[in-house]
Amino acid sequence: MLYLQLFYTFFKIGMFGFGGGYAMLSMIQGEVVTRYGWLTSQEFTDIVAISQMTPGPIGINTATYVGFTATGNVWGSVIATFAVVFPSFILMLAISKFFLKYQKHPAVEAVFSGLRPAVVGLLASAALVLMNKENFGSPQEDIYSFTMSCIIFLVAFIGTRKYKVSPILMIVACGIAGLVLY
Amino acid sequence: MVPLIEKEIVDKRKWIAKEDFIDLLAISQSTPGILAVNISIFIGYKLRGIRGSIVTTMGTVLPSFLIILAIAMFFHNFKDNVVVERIFKGIRPAVVALIAAPTFSMAKSAKINRYNIWIPVVSALIIWLLGFSPIWIIIIAGIGGYLYGRFHHPETNHCK
Repeated sequence: MLYLQLFYTFFKIGMFGFGGGYAMLSMIQGEVVTRYGWLTSQEFTDIVAISQMTPGPIGINTATYVGFTATGNVWGSVIATFAVVFPSFILMLAISKFFLKYQKHPAVEAVFSGLRPAVVGLLASAALVLMNKENFGSPQEDIYSFTMSCIIFLVAFIGTRKYKVSPILMIVACGIAGLVLY
Repeated sequence: MVPLIEKEIVDKRKWIAKEDFIDLLAISQSTPGILAVNISIFIGYKLRGIRGSIVTTMGTVLPSFLIILAIAMFFHNFKDNVVVERIFKGIRPAVVALIAAPTFSMAKSAKINRYNIWIPVVSALIIWLLGFSPIWIIIIAGIGGYLYGRFHHPETNHCK
């Protein structure tokens, strides 16, 4: 049953995962964290960090990781990874076969005029959902940790946005900051 | 990842011409799923049919699969380690920032303006506050865009 749920969930993620890795994150979070609770919010953030530091697409990485942690079994990883790729496989084969330049079709353009702004919202929601107690601590419990978390967030945000620091470098730097600060 | 793919399959192996690669990139970006996987399925099919696409997909997926599987198997042994926990405590807010930062550049490339800004704002708020599934947002936005294009803005159809 769990395997079936895994397959179904990652198939959906593969099927509706428009807009690249980060947009897919919101979908993975919605299903894997909010809906099924296969990962805690903290584990989800950790796997995103690990994904940033290892090569390879974030969609594959989370499927493999969640497949294993949800079932405790390699087959869980195999099924989840297969499921996330499967919709692409069917769609891309159909496209390759006919080599449809379907992205120029007015109906497709209309669909994307709705999808593109929504994907921005998805990305924003992924960040908003993760701004929680698990990732930042809480000011009531530990004001020091909470303040440090907020400072790290701001520094990382400005560094990435304004100074284009690479994500890997940013994660390594903040990991070291964690060691020094806590 | 795209420059790396382009270098390998266009410049080095010459499996696809540069112009075709640009088309392929556009198609792969507008198809759901993982970009690198979509590209590899197409290339595999072009070279050796369905078998080819199975092989290229495996090739793209396997390295990540093996690396992450190894991490998944061993990470929980370290997770409760005090040092690892301190490192991740520093990393977590940074990861949230790494996800938040591209929202703004993406808003720019999606041509968000004062007329359509309500779409990302409403989408983000109902996912965040009401726990609405992002999958529904995608479905509704796709259908909404289609209907809008069809009934409200027929003139945009022959703009491009």
